Amino acid sequence: MIVPFGHVLILAGILFFMGIFCAVVRRNLIMIVLGVEIMLNATSIAFVGAALRWHHLEGQVFVLFILAVAATEVSVGLALIVYAYRRTGSFDPGRYNLLK
Amino acid sequence: MTLYSIIFYALAATILVSTGLAITRRNLVHAVVYLVFSFFGSAMMFYLFGAPLLAALEVIIYAGAIMILFLFIIMMVNVEASQERMFPIQQWLPITMIGILYLIIGAVILASAPGTDVTLEIALAEPKAFGEYLFQRHWLSIEIVSLLLLVALVGALHLGRRKSKEE
Repeated sequence: MIVPFGHVLILAGILFFMGIFCAVVRRNLIMIVLGVEIMLNATSIAFVGAALRWHHLEGQVFVLFILAVAATEVSVGLALIVYAYRRTGSFDPGRYNLLK
Repeated sequence: MTLYSIIFYALAATILVSTGLAITRRNLVHAVVYLVFSFFGSAMMFYLFGAPLLAALEVIIYAGAIMILFLFIIMMVNVEASQERMFPIQQWLPITMIGILYLIIGAVILASAPGTDVTLEIALAEPKAFGEYLFQRHWLSIEIVSLLLLVALVGALHLGRRKSKEE
């Protein structure tokens, strides 16, 4: 007996909103990618909780794929950020307003 | 209130507090270290939910690899922490609208979804059973994910390459 399943969903929901908050409000590319990471982590918690609620391994398998995609997204995203930083010298997404 | 539920609420409080501290830090290194705490909490929660292999992978990949990658980038490009405008006023309108919408949809889902008051029972997915399930049912997805990782490796190498003189 742990807790009702709804409490797990509430925890994941609050965590997901923190990720959205970080990605929308912060004006720094690294913090935006961190916000996306927080969102992915929140969905992982919801998936593992659902796997326990239905006693089925499918949810845990999905978390594994989320881990792999998160690693991919971070490596490519950070490479893009470094590339953009070399070109403009800034992490502020508002500065990236030139097409050239 | 059993011992497991006390552990759950303590872990939930740890995760929420450390994530909340992480997203409000001005210093990026502090933010990443707080987030490592949050991911350790998530790993322990996976363990509590009976997924020991995923708990280990969470520590190794999220807290170990991804956060260290962030630290590398932050220390490599030497961000001046003070130049960011914290919580600029024009961002408050979108986040308020998203928040209200999110709250309404979340409340409706929690109220209408069946079985949210089902109490979770303790169960354990052995790593062996998990691996067998994974490679019997999802072997094609594993191949696709490994291809995705290879593409990401090539892409990151290409983007991170220093420009040569003639370009």
